[in-house]
Amino acid sequence: MEHPTHRARVEHEAHHEPTGFWRRYIFSQDHKVIALQYTITALLVGAVGMGFSWLLRLQLGFPGEFKFIQPENYLQFVTQHGMIMIVYLLTALLLGGFGNYLIPLMIGAWDMAFPFLNMLSYWTYLVSVILLFAAFFVAGGPTGAGWTLYPPQSVIEGASPGAGWGIRLMLISLAVFVAAATMGGLNYVTTVLQGRTRGMTLMRLPLSVWGIFVASVLALLAFPALFVGGVMLLLDSLAGTSFFVPTVNLFGRQLGHEGGNPILFQHLFWYFGHPEVYIVILPAMGLVSDIIANHARKPIFGYRAMIWAILAIGAISFVVWAHHMFVSGMNPYFSFWFAVSTLAVAIPSAIKTYNWLLTLWGGNLRFTTPMLFAIGFVSTFVAGGLTGLFLGNVVVNVHLTDTYFVVGHFHLVMGVSAILGIFAGLYHWFPKATGRLYNETLGKIHFWVTFIGTYLIFFPMYWLGFLGVPRRYFSFSAVESLPPSAQGLSAFITVVALIVGAAQLLFAFNLIWSALRGKKSDGNPWHATTLEWQTPTTPPPHGNWGPEEPAVYRWAYDYSVPGAPQDYIPQNVAEVPAATQKK
Amino acid sequence: MQGIALAIVLVGIVLGAVLVTLSGIWWLPPLASNWGSIDTMLIITLVVTGLAFIGVNVVLAYFVFRYRVKEGQTAIFLPDQPKLEKVLLYITSLGIIVLLAPGLFVYSRFISPPREAMVVEVVGQQWTWGYRYPGGDEQLGRADPRLIGPQNPFGLDLDDPASQDDILIAPGGQLHLPVGKPVLLEIRAKDVLHSFYVPQFRIKMDAVPGLVTKLWFTPTKTGTFEVLCAELCGIGHFNMKSAVVVEGPEEFERWLKEQPTVAQTLGPR
Repeated sequence: MEHPTHRARVEHEAHHEPTGFWRRYIFSQDHKVIALQYTITALLVGAVGMGFSWLLRLQLGFPGEFKFIQPENYLQFVTQHGMIMIVYLLTALLLGGFGNYLIPLMIGAWDMAFPFLNMLSYWTYLVSVILLFAAFFVAGGPTGAGWTLYPPQSVIEGASPGAGWGIRLMLISLAVFVAAATMGGLNYVTTVLQGRTRGMTLMRLPLSVWGIFVASVLALLAFPALFVGGVMLLLDSLAGTSFFVPTVNLFGRQLGHEGGNPILFQHLFWYFGHPEVYIVILPAMGLVSDIIANHARKPIFGYRAMIWAILAIGAISFVVWAHHMFVSGMNPYFSFWFAVSTLAVAIPSAIKTYNWLLTLWGGNLRFTTPMLFAIGFVSTFVAGGLTGLFLGNVVVNVHLTDTYFVVGHFHLVMGVSAILGIFAGLYHWFPKATGRLYNETLGKIHFWVTFIGTYLIFFPMYWLGFLGVPRRYFSFSAVESLPPSAQGLSAFITVVALIVGAAQLLFAFNLIWSALRGKKSDGNPWHATTLEWQTPTTPPPHGNWGPEEPAVYRWAYDYSVPGAPQDYIPQNVAEVPAATQKK
Repeated sequence: MQGIALAIVLVGIVLGAVLVTLSGIWWLPPLASNWGSIDTMLIITLVVTGLAFIGVNVVLAYFVFRYRVKEGQTAIFLPDQPKLEKVLLYITSLGIIVLLAPGLFVYSRFISPPREAMVVEVVGQQWTWGYRYPGGDEQLGRADPRLIGPQNPFGLDLDDPASQDDILIAPGGQLHLPVGKPVLLEIRAKDVLHSFYVPQFRIKMDAVPGLVTKLWFTPTKTGTFEVLCAELCGIGHFNMKSAVVVEGPEEFERWLKEQPTVAQTLGPR
């Protein structure tokens, strides 16, 4: 299968380590450096996104107390928080960060298939981030139309905050991000298919690679819809076209548009937007699977079923998008199909959950920080995923959609879960990436505050949703039918959110301090089986493996094999001592 | 230590979630329409998902407690157990069917307005709602957003004879309805997306400029019910409110007769 010239070229590049600061650390083509660049940038952008959540929570918890928060900037905070977290933090960190770091190391490759394109992907992503923040410095500020950017309001000046250059920069930034994600995605897919070392069959890949691989395929297929929708929306804004904007009368003023269809944008947006949920969660699921197996000292339960579940979730994710649109005014008969397909996704998702539980069953569980976060992931994924069964069943959706029930649902299932999975991954691979150990005590405090706190923040939102509190409200003061305790609950959520936010400073401190001053780690502190822990030095050198790529002789989950001398057998170990071998 | 703590916290989360939900402090507002079947579906879903939530977290807590690292304990080598996986697959699929089948049945009624339903138009704009009744001919006159003007806030075609006896409730007014009679709302928007939401009726439908969207229900209680906007529509979104006044049939007829028709206010052209 391998293309000889391609292989020779990768080998050539991998063995010619660049010298000089700029080529090594800034314009590097080494997948590990690019992974760190992606990770650090995404975490910084995420910190800004978290700052916005603090501001909007201050308003919701204590309306009127913070006079500088007005409906205009409140909506801008909400919008920017959502967009930053989903696209610029989670997607960038899981694919650009973990994808870049783990794929070549886990499959035994020297580097990505296209190292230059890989570097270009990061710098393109950085441009998209700069464009995103540039919107804060234009007249009217960034868009406040909600992260869904629904027209007409997003592009009609005067209808929503930032409807001029705010929304335009947002759309241009997204288009640039799509370009970056496409460069990255092509790389990840090609590398997984072409760059695997001897013996690394697809059915021996760690589930992290499977999750990232399928998510990259989804990204390549889903992002074009966002790109197209974004370009058409940009034209409606800039050139006065009418793709999505019909005849509109705003405060008595007739605008020049005619014949556009706002619902068409929603279809394009969610054709991207729903797979996007899985683009984020599949890699997180993969990381969590590997971390749970490792720290439980047990093979992942039902490896094949896990892969089929990943593939099934990926495939179904393209035919469920309009469950975001049950009350949008689209043809109501569509909903029969979208309800069925949506609830069908629950089946492979449930299988994955059972398999995580059954991996713990009979294990020897080490409660390290990554393990705690991984178990936290399973719990919040279930707490958020199950409420998808309310929202996906169209008739139950009617009362709950566009309320806090939805906010609670998607935060738990793809916000909190994904970020807990990311924390698990960052702690787990920290010793490999830096050669040092993080501080376990700080890590555990970080876990406990974050895990309990996020439950306390988002679970009560289900109750607000039952009451019928609409989302994206600047204040609930106008809603007369609400019991006063609802405002009390909102204040409680805000207080917890501030505490959880503050706990992230511990995490930042732990990462920075430990990277510089942490205890030295050996190459395989977790006694893991997968290849990235078997590199000749730690952190892995340029080219990862030295002169010879490792050969693979077994699957990624040989933990606690009966009769083996240790409770793990690395993938590149050919034979267990014959006397003890039995299976 | 961490294992025991995690098990306790997981059980605590389950207990807290179940107890607060059962206490009913924050629950559905009292129902005032025919859509009790939506509440039933919601409760069925709550029971099914609640059992799954409790089950998964309790099992998780038990495993975390039981298999926490111990001196001399070794993990079992158990990569697979196809029989168990199949059983779990069937149970899950059954749960999904139990939710979907009745859910889709209720939905088929939700989108089938009865023939005798009274038609009323709802028009959303930043940040208020207006209403239009068809009048004696039971037909709404033609409307076109291009005709909207200061004198003609609904954009009616005054040349259409059907529009002459229409009754307009100017933006900011209230929607009056007779109790016990099915209503079909025809919803429009003048500027951006809105969503007509009455929590106590369990109904919600977006108002989309350029389209007419539909929604039906039967009010079953008299009283005044809050209308909220559920689709982000700009800075006044949180304050875009109206009310539905549900009254006895005679009271409703009396109220309707008092309202001027289009012919009386805008006049024939």
